[in-house]
Amino acid sequence: MNNSINVIISEDALSIDQVYQNAVHESCGGICLFVGTVRNHNKGKEVTHLDFETYTPMAVKEMKKIAEQAIEKFGVQQVSIFHRSGYVGIKDIAVIIAVSSVHRDACFEACQYAIDTLKETVPIWKKEHLEDGSYWVGARP
Amino acid sequence: MINIKCFGIAKEIVDSDKASIERQTISVTDLRQHMNEQYKAFTQIKGYMVAVNQEYATDDQIINAGDEVAIIPPVSGG
Repeated sequence: MNNSINVIISEDALSIDQVYQNAVHESCGGICLFVGTVRNHNKGKEVTHLDFETYTPMAVKEMKKIAEQAIEKFGVQQVSIFHRSGYVGIKDIAVIIAVSSVHRDACFEACQYAIDTLKETVPIWKKEHLEDGSYWVGARP
Repeated sequence: MINIKCFGIAKEIVDSDKASIERQTISVTDLRQHMNEQYKAFTQIKGYMVAVNQEYATDDQIINAGDEVAIIPPVSGG
């Protein structure tokens, strides 16, 4: 099978349909789509919006590694990982991952692997803005 | 000279998106020590990785002038 990956960091709103279309493949019986959205609260405080800073060339490399590892580990067909940069409002989409595979188990597992690993390794930073200030998520003990 | 890109909380600590060290070569461990002495606030965060030429570096890795170096504080994408 001819596997493919597609990773993008975008300053503009992400399109679920575009990511989905990238994952569609004639040999596949399932597509697993994960959409990460911005919630209006965190740790009991009201969140107004997020700002994502990215080290874009390295982030793209790390996202490609994740997509390649997902294909290698789970035997899936296509992996697309799209992430936002800049200002992202409440309910807006921060990240979309789409994975297609011949049978469904592999795409569920690969999709979970991709989002979990992205959160650990990809150089992207989230600044959470509250009504009374802002802070870099996860930076302080 | 070693040029260092700073992101996220590192950018706030340095108060710039870049820093530099007047050396031709330095290990990752020594770079960390240098930055932590120069900017004490680095010792109050959860720690940080160093990337060299857009790859995570090990502590004993040697950095040379001209390498692309970045301080990578704890990531929080997704």
